[in-house]
Amino acid sequence: MNSLNKNFASELVEVFDENALTGYKGFKLGNFLFSRDEYFAKITWTAKGQEHSHLMSVDAFLRAIMRDVAWGFFYGWVNFDHVIGTQNHYGSVDMYAGTFNGVLSAAGVDYVENFETPKIMATFKAILHDWVNEGFDPFAAPEETGSAFGRKNGSNVDAIDRYRISTKRMPGLNGDSPLRDDLPVNRHFHDVPQDEPLVHCERGFEGELSAFNVFKYMSRSDVTWNPSVTSVCKESLFCPTTEEYILPIIHGNDRVEWFLQFSDEITWDISDKNDGSPLARIIMKPGDICAMPANIRHQGYSTKRSLLLVWENATPDLPEKYASGELPPYPVNF
Amino acid sequence: MNTYTTKFGSLDNYEKGNIQLIQGKASNYVFSNIFEVAKNAKPYDKTIVGINQKFVIETIRAEGTSSWFTCSHDEFVISMDGEVRVDFLKLNESVDIQIEGTQLAGSEPNGQPMGYVVLKEGHQAILPAGTAYRFDSQKPTTLLLQTIHGPLSLEKWDEICLK
Repeated sequence: MNSLNKNFASELVEVFDENALTGYKGFKLGNFLFSRDEYFAKITWTAKGQEHSHLMSVDAFLRAIMRDVAWGFFYGWVNFDHVIGTQNHYGSVDMYAGTFNGVLSAAGVDYVENFETPKIMATFKAILHDWVNEGFDPFAAPEETGSAFGRKNGSNVDAIDRYRISTKRMPGLNGDSPLRDDLPVNRHFHDVPQDEPLVHCERGFEGELSAFNVFKYMSRSDVTWNPSVTSVCKESLFCPTTEEYILPIIHGNDRVEWFLQFSDEITWDISDKNDGSPLARIIMKPGDICAMPANIRHQGYSTKRSLLLVWENATPDLPEKYASGELPPYPVNF
Repeated sequence: MNTYTTKFGSLDNYEKGNIQLIQGKASNYVFSNIFEVAKNAKPYDKTIVGINQKFVIETIRAEGTSSWFTCSHDEFVISMDGEVRVDFLKLNESVDIQIEGTQLAGSEPNGQPMGYVVLKEGHQAILPAGTAYRFDSQKPTTLLLQTIHGPLSLEKWDEICLK
Protein backbone atom coordinates (compact mmCIF):
# COMPACT_ATOMS: atom_id res chain seq x y z
CA MET A 1 0.00 0.00 0.00
CA ASN A 2 1.01 3.59 -0.52
CA SER A 3 2.36 5.48 2.39
CA LEU A 4 0.33 8.43 3.54
CA ASN A 5 3.56 10.35 3.73
CA LYS A 6 4.31 9.81 0.07
CA ASN A 7 3.43 13.00 -1.81
CA PHE A 8 2.39 14.39 1.54
CA ALA A 9 3.17 17.91 0.27
CA SER A 10 3.37 19.15 3.84
CA GLU A 11 4.64 22.52 2.59
CA LEU A 12 1.10 23.15 1.30
CA VAL A 13 -0.44 22.72 4.76
CA GLU A 14 -1.22 25.83 6.80
CA VAL A 15 -1.44 25.38 10.56
CA PHE A 16 -3.05 28.36 12.30
CA ASP A 17 -3.16 27.17 15.89
CA GLU A 18 -2.00 24.53 18.34
CA ASN A 19 -4.28 24.43 21.32
CA ALA A 20 -2.30 24.09 24.56
CA LEU A 21 -5.22 22.53 26.42
CA THR A 22 -6.50 19.95 23.89
CA GLY A 23 -3.19 19.39 22.10
CA TYR A 24 -4.78 19.55 18.63
CA LYS A 25 -3.66 21.75 15.75
CA GLY A 26 -6.02 23.99 13.79
CA PHE A 27 -5.73 24.10 10.00
CA LYS A 28 -6.42 26.79 7.44
CA LEU A 29 -7.56 25.92 3.92
CA GLY A 30 -8.20 29.07 1.90
CA ASN A 31 -10.93 30.87 3.81
CA PHE A 32 -11.95 27.78 5.77
CA LEU A 33 -10.65 27.09 9.28
CA PHE A 34 -10.72 23.57 10.75
CA SER A 35 -10.33 22.97 14.47
CA ARG A 36 -11.29 20.21 16.89
CA ASP A 37 -11.84 19.84 20.61
CA GLU A 38 -12.74 16.90 22.83
CA TYR A 39 -16.06 16.21 21.03
CA PHE A 40 -16.39 18.30 17.89
CA ALA A 41 -14.80 19.27 14.63
CA LYS A 42 -15.52 22.92 13.88
CA ILE A 43 -15.47 24.42 10.39
CA THR A 44 -15.52 28.19 10.07
CA TRP A 45 -16.03 30.44 7.04
CA THR A 46 -17.21 33.95 6.21
CA ALA A 47 -20.36 34.86 4.28
CA LYS A 48 -22.16 38.19 3.96
CA GLY A 49 -19.30 39.74 5.94
CA GLN A 50 -20.01 37.59 8.99
CA GLU A 51 -18.37 34.54 10.48
CA HIS A 52 -20.38 31.33 10.13
CA SER A 53 -19.50 27.98 11.61
CA HIS A 54 -20.58 24.36 11.67
CA LEU A 55 -19.91 21.64 14.23
CA MET A 56 -19.80 17.91 13.58
CA SER A 57 -19.29 15.15 16.10
CA VAL A 58 -15.59 14.49 15.63
CA ASP A 59 -15.99 10.72 15.12
CA ALA A 60 -18.40 11.35 12.22
CA PHE A 61 -16.12 14.04 10.82
CA LEU A 62 -13.04 11.78 10.90
CA ARG A 63 -14.91 8.87 9.29
CA ALA A 64 -16.05 11.20 6.50
CA ILE A 65 -12.70 12.85 5.82
CA MET A 66 -11.05 9.40 5.94
CA ARG A 67 -13.25 8.24 3.01
CA ASP A 68 -12.64 11.46 1.05
CA VAL A 69 -8.85 11.02 1.41
CA ALA A 70 -8.81 7.27 0.71
CA TRP A 71 -11.03 7.70 -2.35
CA GLY A 72 -9.05 10.65 -3.74
CA PHE A 73 -12.27 12.75 -3.53
CA PHE A 74 -14.23 10.00 -5.36
CA TYR A 75 -16.90 10.82 -7.95
CA GLY A 76 -18.94 14.00 -7.65
CA TRP A 77 -20.12 15.30 -4.28
CA VAL A 78 -18.86 13.86 -0.99
CA ASN A 79 -21.13 15.45 1.63
CA PHE A 80 -19.72 15.01 5.14
CA ASP A 81 -23.20 15.89 6.39
CA HIS A 82 -26.07 18.22 5.37
CA VAL A 83 -23.76 21.28 5.37
CA ILE A 84 -20.13 20.63 4.46
CA GLY A 85 -18.43 18.54 1.81
CA THR A 86 -16.31 18.40 -1.34
CA GLN A 87 -16.98 18.23 -5.07
CA ASN A 88 -14.38 16.52 -7.23
CA HIS A 89 -13.42 18.22 -10.50
CA TYR A 90 -10.64 15.65 -11.15
CA GLY A 91 -7.62 17.96 -10.84
CA SER A 92 -9.20 20.48 -8.52
CA VAL A 93 -11.69 20.12 -5.71
CA ASP A 94 -14.39 22.43 -4.33
CA MET A 95 -14.81 22.60 -0.57
CA TYR A 96 -18.24 23.94 0.33
CA ALA A 97 -20.31 24.86 3.39
CA GLY A 98 -24.07 25.11 2.93
CA THR A 99 -23.94 25.34 -0.87
CA PHE A 100 -25.98 22.14 -1.30
CA ASN A 101 -28.29 22.83 1.63
CA GLY A 102 -31.55 24.37 0.39
CA VAL A 103 -32.02 26.70 3.38
CA LEU A 104 -28.41 27.89 3.83
CA SER A 105 -27.90 28.46 0.13
CA ALA A 106 -31.20 30.41 -0.20
CA ALA A 107 -30.10 32.56 2.75
CA GLY A 108 -26.79 33.28 1.02
CA VAL A 109 -24.73 32.18 4.02
CA ASP A 110 -23.01 29.38 2.14
CA TYR A 111 -19.42 29.46 0.92
CA VAL A 112 -17.50 27.47 -1.69
CA GLU A 113 -13.82 27.64 -2.63
CA ASN A 114 -11.85 25.73 -5.25
CA PHE A 115 -8.45 24.16 -4.46
CA GLU A 116 -5.84 22.37 -6.49
CA THR A 117 -6.15 18.70 -5.51
CA PRO A 118 -2.64 18.40 -3.93
CA LYS A 119 -3.34 21.34 -1.60
CA ILE A 120 -6.67 20.10 -0.21
CA MET A 121 -5.40 16.51 -0.10
CA ALA A 122 -2.33 17.51 1.90
CA THR A 123 -4.47 19.52 4.33
CA PHE A 124 -7.00 16.71 4.83
CA LYS A 125 -4.19 14.19 5.40
CA ALA A 126 -2.60 16.53 7.95
CA ILE A 127 -5.95 16.80 9.76
CA LEU A 128 -6.21 12.99 9.90
CA HIS A 129 -2.64 12.69 11.14
CA ASP A 130 -3.19 15.19 13.91
CA TRP A 131 -6.77 14.45 14.97
CA VAL A 132 -6.93 10.63 14.86
CA ASN A 133 -5.81 9.36 18.27
CA GLU A 134 -4.21 6.07 19.17
CA GLY A 135 -6.84 3.34 19.26
CA PHE A 136 -9.33 5.04 16.93
CA ASP A 137 -9.71 3.63 13.41
CA PRO A 138 -11.89 5.92 11.27
CA PHE A 139 -12.21 3.14 8.65
CA ALA A 140 -13.77 0.67 11.11
CA ALA A 141 -17.33 0.23 12.37
CA PRO A 142 -17.94 1.72 15.86
CA GLU A 143 -18.10 -1.72 17.53
CA GLU A 144 -14.65 -2.55 16.15
CA THR A 145 -12.67 0.42 17.34
CA GLY A 146 -11.93 2.77 20.21
CA SER A 147 -13.02 6.32 20.86
CA ALA A 148 -12.38 9.42 18.75
CA PHE A 149 -13.12 11.70 21.71
CA GLY A 150 -10.99 13.49 24.25
CA ARG A 151 -7.71 15.36 24.19
CA LYS A 152 -4.81 14.49 21.92
CA ASN A 153 -3.49 11.05 22.70
CA GLY A 154 -0.98 9.62 20.24
CA SER A 155 -1.87 8.81 16.65
CA ASN A 156 -2.94 5.87 14.45
CA VAL A 157 -0.95 6.18 11.25
CA ASP A 158 -1.51 2.53 10.27
CA ALA A 159 -5.28 2.93 10.35
CA ILE A 160 -5.33 5.98 8.09
CA ASP A 161 -2.73 4.56 5.71
CA ARG A 162 -5.21 2.56 3.60
CA TYR A 163 -6.49 3.37 0.12
CA ARG A 164 -8.89 2.11 -2.53
CA ILE A 165 -7.38 -0.94 -4.13
CA SER A 166 -6.73 -0.40 -7.80
CA THR A 167 -7.11 -3.42 -10.01
CA LYS A 168 -6.19 -3.63 -13.70
CA ARG A 169 -8.37 -6.63 -14.67
CA MET A 170 -9.11 -8.86 -11.66
CA PRO A 171 -7.44 -9.55 -8.28
CA GLY A 172 -5.20 -12.61 -8.24
CA LEU A 173 -4.17 -12.37 -11.90
CA ASN A 174 -0.47 -12.20 -12.66
CA GLY A 175 0.80 -8.69 -11.97
CA ASP A 176 -2.57 -7.53 -10.63
CA SER A 177 -3.83 -6.65 -7.13
CA PRO A 178 -3.49 -9.46 -4.56
CA LEU A 179 -6.14 -11.67 -2.95
CA ARG A 180 -6.71 -11.28 0.78
CA ASP A 181 -5.59 -14.66 2.15
CA ASP A 182 -3.33 -12.86 4.62
CA LEU A 183 -6.20 -10.88 6.19
CA PRO A 184 -8.45 -12.46 8.84
CA VAL A 185 -12.16 -13.11 8.25
CA ASN A 186 -14.26 -10.35 9.81
CA ARG A 187 -16.19 -11.35 12.97
CA HIS A 188 -19.53 -10.91 11.11
CA PHE A 189 -18.50 -13.25 8.29
CA HIS A 190 -17.27 -16.37 10.08
CA ASP A 191 -20.03 -18.37 8.34
CA VAL A 192 -19.01 -17.29 4.81
CA PRO A 193 -17.47 -20.29 2.95
CA GLN A 194 -13.76 -19.84 2.30
CA ASP A 195 -13.35 -22.38 -0.52
CA GLU A 196 -11.73 -21.29 -3.77
CA PRO A 197 -13.02 -22.27 -7.22
CA LEU A 198 -11.44 -25.12 -9.15
CA VAL A 199 -9.35 -23.80 -12.04
CA HIS A 200 -7.99 -26.38 -14.48
CA CYS A 201 -5.75 -25.13 -17.27
CA GLU A 202 -4.69 -27.33 -20.17
CA ARG A 203 -0.97 -27.50 -20.84
CA GLY A 204 0.21 -24.32 -22.53
CA PHE A 205 -2.60 -22.22 -21.07
CA GLU A 206 -1.37 -22.03 -17.48
CA GLY A 207 -2.26 -18.68 -15.96
CA GLU A 208 -4.70 -17.70 -18.71
CA LEU A 209 -7.79 -18.87 -16.84
CA SER A 210 -8.49 -17.40 -13.45
CA ALA A 211 -11.19 -17.43 -10.80
CA PHE A 212 -11.47 -16.55 -7.13
CA ASN A 213 -14.02 -16.52 -4.33
CA VAL A 214 -15.21 -12.91 -4.27
CA PHE A 215 -17.44 -13.47 -1.19
CA LYS A 216 -14.40 -14.83 0.68
CA TYR A 217 -12.35 -11.86 -0.55
CA MET A 218 -14.99 -9.46 0.74
CA SER A 219 -15.37 -11.33 4.05
CA ARG A 220 -11.73 -10.42 4.74
CA SER A 221 -12.07 -6.72 4.05
CA ASP A 222 -10.60 -4.87 7.03
CA VAL A 223 -12.48 -1.65 6.30
CA THR A 224 -16.10 -0.56 5.95
CA TRP A 225 -17.69 1.52 3.17
CA ASN A 226 -14.70 1.43 0.83
CA PRO A 227 -15.52 0.40 -2.76
CA SER A 228 -12.51 -1.47 -4.21
CA VAL A 229 -12.23 -2.65 -7.81
CA THR A 230 -12.52 -6.41 -8.48
CA SER A 231 -13.23 -6.51 -12.21
CA VAL A 232 -12.64 -4.16 -15.12
CA CYS A 233 -14.61 -4.35 -18.37
CA LYS A 234 -13.28 -1.24 -20.14
CA GLU A 235 -14.77 1.67 -18.06
CA SER A 236 -17.21 -0.63 -16.23
CA LEU A 237 -15.90 -1.21 -12.70
CA PHE A 238 -17.23 -3.68 -10.14
CA CYS A 239 -16.32 -2.15 -6.75
CA PRO A 240 -17.58 -4.39 -3.94
CA THR A 241 -17.29 -3.33 -0.32
CA THR A 242 -18.37 -4.45 3.15
CA GLU A 243 -20.78 -2.20 4.98
CA GLU A 244 -21.51 -1.78 8.68
CA TYR A 245 -23.13 1.06 10.67
CA ILE A 246 -23.65 4.22 8.55
CA LEU A 247 -21.98 5.30 5.31
CA PRO A 248 -19.89 8.14 6.78
CA ILE A 249 -20.66 10.47 3.88
CA ILE A 250 -23.75 11.32 1.83
CA HIS A 251 -22.71 10.65 -1.74
CA GLY A 252 -24.05 12.74 -4.58
CA ASN A 253 -22.59 11.25 -7.73
CA ASP A 254 -21.90 13.20 -10.94
CA ARG A 255 -23.09 10.13 -12.89
CA VAL A 256 -25.45 7.18 -12.44
CA GLU A 257 -24.19 4.32 -10.28
CA TRP A 258 -25.79 1.00 -9.32
CA PHE A 259 -25.95 -1.11 -6.14
CA LEU A 260 -26.38 -4.87 -5.96
CA GLN A 261 -26.89 -6.31 -2.48
CA PHE A 262 -24.86 -9.54 -2.22
CA SER A 263 -25.79 -10.32 1.40
CA ASP A 264 -27.88 -9.12 4.33
CA GLU A 265 -29.62 -5.76 4.21
CA ILE A 266 -28.98 -2.05 3.69
CA THR A 267 -31.41 0.86 3.96
CA TRP A 268 -30.59 3.85 1.75
CA ASP A 269 -31.77 7.36 2.52
CA ILE A 270 -32.18 9.14 -0.81
CA SER A 271 -32.46 12.92 -1.08
CA ASP A 272 -32.19 15.66 -3.68
CA LYS A 273 -28.57 16.26 -4.70
CA ASN A 274 -28.82 20.04 -4.78
CA ASP A 275 -30.93 20.95 -1.75
CA GLY A 276 -31.00 17.77 0.36
CA SER A 277 -34.79 17.34 0.52
CA PRO A 278 -35.84 13.69 1.14
CA LEU A 279 -36.99 11.62 -1.86
CA ALA A 280 -37.11 7.97 -0.82
CA ARG A 281 -35.88 5.22 1.47
CA ILE A 282 -34.79 2.06 -0.32
CA ILE A 283 -34.51 -1.26 1.50
CA MET A 284 -32.23 -3.72 -0.30
CA LYS A 285 -32.07 -7.46 0.41
CA PRO A 286 -29.88 -10.19 -1.11
CA GLY A 287 -30.13 -10.15 -4.91
CA ASP A 288 -31.73 -6.71 -5.10
CA ILE A 289 -30.21 -4.36 -7.65
CA CYS A 290 -31.10 -0.70 -8.17
CA ALA A 291 -29.83 2.49 -9.73
CA MET A 292 -28.79 5.63 -7.94
CA PRO A 293 -29.86 8.36 -10.41
CA ALA A 294 -27.46 11.22 -11.19
CA ASN A 295 -29.61 13.86 -9.45
CA ILE A 296 -29.77 12.37 -5.95
CA ARG A 297 -27.53 11.89 -2.92
CA HIS A 298 -27.59 8.75 -0.81
CA GLN A 299 -26.48 7.44 2.57
CA GLY A 300 -26.67 3.78 3.62
CA TYR A 301 -27.39 2.07 6.96
CA SER A 302 -26.28 -1.52 7.62
CA THR A 303 -26.79 -3.17 11.03
CA LYS A 304 -24.95 -6.39 10.22
CA ARG A 305 -21.80 -6.10 8.16
CA SER A 306 -23.08 -6.78 4.64
CA LEU A 307 -21.64 -7.46 1.20
CA LEU A 308 -22.48 -4.79 -1.38
CA LEU A 309 -21.51 -4.50 -5.03
CA VAL A 310 -21.08 -0.89 -6.13
CA TRP A 311 -21.00 -0.60 -9.92
CA GLU A 312 -19.40 2.47 -11.49
CA ASN A 313 -18.94 3.74 -15.05
CA ALA A 314 -15.60 5.58 -15.00
CA THR A 315 -15.96 7.20 -18.46
CA PRO A 316 -14.42 10.68 -17.99
CA ASP A 317 -16.91 12.83 -19.96
CA LEU A 318 -20.05 11.64 -18.13
CA PRO A 319 -20.26 14.49 -15.54
CA GLU A 320 -20.57 17.18 -18.25
CA LYS A 321 -23.19 15.15 -20.09
CA TYR A 322 -25.36 14.80 -16.97
CA ALA A 323 -24.74 18.41 -15.93
CA SER A 324 -25.75 19.76 -19.36
CA GLY A 325 -28.86 17.58 -19.58
CA GLU A 326 -27.52 15.70 -22.61
CA LEU A 327 -28.03 12.56 -20.52
CA PRO A 328 -31.15 12.16 -18.35
CA PRO A 329 -30.48 11.55 -14.62
CA TYR A 330 -32.38 8.24 -14.75
CA PRO A 331 -30.70 5.35 -16.56
CA VAL A 332 -33.86 3.70 -17.90
CA ASN A 333 -37.25 4.99 -18.96
CA PHE A 334 -39.95 2.34 -18.88
CA MET B 1 -18.34 -18.54 18.61
CA ASN B 2 -20.30 -17.04 15.77
CA THR B 3 -23.36 -15.05 16.66
CA TYR B 4 -23.92 -13.66 13.17
CA THR B 5 -25.60 -15.36 10.24
CA THR B 6 -24.83 -13.99 6.81
CA LYS B 7 -27.94 -14.02 4.67
CA PHE B 8 -27.55 -14.78 0.96
CA GLY B 9 -30.28 -15.23 -1.63
CA SER B 10 -30.91 -18.00 -4.13
CA LEU B 11 -33.36 -18.96 -6.88
CA ASP B 12 -35.57 -20.75 -4.37
CA ASN B 13 -35.03 -18.46 -1.42
CA TYR B 14 -35.06 -14.74 -1.89
CA GLU B 15 -37.05 -11.87 -0.49
CA LYS B 16 -37.32 -8.67 -2.52
CA GLY B 17 -36.74 -5.37 -0.73
CA ASN B 18 -38.82 -2.28 -1.35
CA ILE B 19 -38.92 1.46 -1.95
CA GLN B 20 -40.58 3.80 0.56
CA LEU B 21 -41.33 6.69 -1.77
CA ILE B 22 -41.55 10.27 -0.53
CA GLN B 23 -41.37 12.21 -3.83
CA GLY B 24 -40.85 11.23 -7.49
CA LYS B 25 -41.31 7.85 -9.15
CA ALA B 26 -40.27 4.41 -7.91
CA SER B 27 -39.30 3.48 -11.48
CA ASN B 28 -36.44 6.03 -11.31
CA TYR B 29 -34.51 3.48 -9.23
CA VAL B 30 -34.91 0.59 -11.73
CA PHE B 31 -35.22 -1.84 -8.80
CA SER B 32 -35.29 -5.59 -9.43
CA ASN B 33 -34.09 -8.79 -7.78
CA ILE B 34 -31.68 -10.95 -9.76
CA PHE B 35 -32.99 -14.25 -8.34
CA GLU B 36 -36.56 -13.36 -9.27
CA VAL B 37 -35.41 -12.36 -12.77
CA ALA B 38 -33.45 -15.61 -13.21
CA LYS B 39 -36.31 -17.68 -11.83
CA ASN B 40 -38.68 -16.31 -14.49
CA ALA B 41 -36.16 -16.45 -17.36
CA LYS B 42 -35.42 -19.19 -19.87
CA PRO B 43 -32.09 -20.98 -19.43
CA TYR B 44 -29.22 -18.84 -20.69
CA ASP B 45 -31.38 -15.85 -21.58
CA LYS B 46 -29.24 -12.79 -20.83
CA THR B 47 -31.56 -10.37 -19.03
CA ILE B 48 -30.17 -6.90 -18.33
CA VAL B 49 -30.69 -5.87 -14.70
CA GLY B 50 -28.28 -2.93 -14.71
CA ILE B 51 -27.35 -0.53 -17.51
CA ASN B 52 -24.93 2.40 -17.48
CA GLN B 53 -24.61 3.77 -21.01
CA LYS B 54 -23.28 0.85 -23.08
CA PHE B 55 -22.24 -1.20 -20.05
CA VAL B 56 -24.57 -3.79 -18.55
CA ILE B 57 -25.01 -6.29 -15.76
CA GLU B 58 -26.95 -9.32 -16.94
CA THR B 59 -28.60 -12.07 -14.95
CA ILE B 60 -28.55 -15.57 -16.41
CA ARG B 61 -30.35 -18.69 -15.29
CA ALA B 62 -27.79 -21.45 -15.88
CA GLU B 63 -29.48 -24.81 -16.43
CA GLY B 64 -28.07 -27.60 -18.61
CA THR B 65 -25.47 -26.73 -21.25
CA SER B 66 -25.32 -23.33 -22.91
CA SER B 67 -24.29 -22.30 -26.40
CA TRP B 68 -20.68 -21.25 -26.97
CA PHE B 69 -20.24 -17.53 -26.40
CA THR B 70 -17.37 -15.21 -27.24
CA CYS B 71 -16.45 -11.57 -26.88
CA SER B 72 -13.83 -9.10 -28.15
CA HIS B 73 -13.23 -7.81 -24.61
CA ASP B 74 -12.98 -9.29 -21.12
CA GLU B 75 -16.22 -10.24 -19.40
CA PHE B 76 -16.69 -11.47 -15.83
CA VAL B 77 -19.11 -13.95 -14.31
CA ILE B 78 -20.10 -14.55 -10.68
CA SER B 79 -22.10 -17.57 -9.58
CA MET B 80 -24.64 -16.24 -7.10
CA ASP B 81 -26.18 -19.42 -5.69
CA GLY B 82 -24.90 -22.70 -7.09
CA GLU B 83 -22.36 -24.67 -9.06
CA VAL B 84 -21.57 -24.05 -12.70
CA ARG B 85 -18.73 -25.29 -14.90
CA VAL B 86 -17.26 -23.01 -17.55
CA ASP B 87 -15.25 -24.56 -20.41
CA PHE B 88 -12.91 -22.39 -22.47
CA LEU B 89 -11.51 -22.54 -26.01
CA LYS B 90 -8.72 -20.36 -27.37
CA LEU B 91 -10.27 -19.27 -30.65
CA ASN B 92 -8.21 -19.47 -33.83
CA GLU B 93 -9.98 -16.31 -34.98
CA SER B 94 -11.38 -13.90 -32.43
CA VAL B 95 -14.16 -11.33 -32.78
CA ASP B 96 -13.29 -7.94 -34.30
CA ILE B 97 -12.24 -5.55 -31.53
CA GLN B 98 -14.84 -2.99 -32.69
CA ILE B 99 -17.70 -5.37 -31.86
CA GLU B 100 -18.73 -5.19 -28.22
CA GLY B 101 -20.89 -7.43 -26.05
CA THR B 102 -21.39 -11.18 -25.95
CA GLN B 103 -21.60 -12.95 -29.34
CA LEU B 104 -22.60 -16.49 -30.23
CA ALA B 105 -19.49 -18.47 -31.22
CA GLY B 106 -21.27 -21.15 -33.28
CA SER B 107 -21.97 -24.77 -32.37
CA GLU B 108 -18.39 -25.99 -32.85
CA PRO B 109 -15.99 -23.06 -32.64
CA ASN B 110 -12.48 -23.51 -34.05
CA GLY B 111 -10.04 -23.38 -31.19
CA GLN B 112 -7.92 -25.22 -28.68
CA PRO B 113 -9.31 -26.38 -25.32
CA MET B 114 -7.80 -24.15 -22.62
CA GLY B 115 -9.38 -25.86 -19.63
CA TYR B 116 -12.28 -25.13 -17.32
CA VAL B 117 -13.29 -23.57 -14.04
CA VAL B 118 -15.91 -24.76 -11.56
CA LEU B 119 -17.69 -21.92 -9.75
CA LYS B 120 -19.76 -22.25 -6.60
CA GLU B 121 -21.71 -19.57 -4.73
CA GLY B 122 -19.72 -16.34 -4.62
CA HIS B 123 -17.05 -17.47 -7.06
CA GLN B 124 -15.98 -15.13 -9.86
CA ALA B 125 -14.16 -15.94 -13.10
CA ILE B 126 -12.73 -13.88 -15.90
CA LEU B 127 -14.06 -14.71 -19.37
CA PRO B 128 -10.96 -13.52 -21.23
CA ALA B 129 -11.21 -11.59 -24.50
CA GLY B 130 -10.71 -13.79 -27.55
CA THR B 131 -11.82 -17.04 -25.95
CA ALA B 132 -15.04 -18.97 -26.41
CA TYR B 133 -16.80 -20.16 -23.27
CA ARG B 134 -19.70 -22.44 -22.45
CA PHE B 135 -21.61 -22.92 -19.19
CA ASP B 136 -22.82 -26.21 -17.82
CA SER B 137 -24.98 -26.56 -14.75
CA GLN B 138 -26.67 -29.64 -13.30
CA LYS B 139 -29.11 -27.61 -11.20
CA PRO B 140 -30.58 -24.18 -11.97
CA THR B 141 -28.07 -21.52 -10.88
CA THR B 142 -28.09 -17.72 -11.00
CA LEU B 143 -25.19 -16.06 -12.79
CA LEU B 144 -24.20 -12.42 -12.86
CA LEU B 145 -22.40 -11.21 -15.99
CA GLN B 146 -20.44 -7.97 -16.37
CA THR B 147 -20.28 -7.02 -20.02
CA ILE B 148 -21.35 -4.52 -22.70
CA HIS B 149 -24.78 -4.37 -24.36
CA GLY B 150 -24.73 -6.90 -27.19
CA PRO B 151 -26.98 -8.71 -29.65
CA LEU B 152 -28.03 -11.28 -27.04
CA SER B 153 -28.88 -8.75 -24.29
CA LEU B 154 -32.57 -8.69 -23.34
CA GLU B 155 -34.31 -5.66 -21.84
CA LYS B 156 -37.62 -6.18 -20.06
CA TRP B 157 -37.62 -3.48 -17.37
CA ASP B 158 -41.39 -3.24 -17.28
CA GLU B 159 -41.63 -6.88 -16.23
CA ILE B 160 -38.84 -6.98 -13.66
CA CYS B 161 -38.80 -3.59 -11.89
CA LEU B 162 -40.75 -2.03 -9.03
CA LYS B 163 -43.11 0.71 -10.19
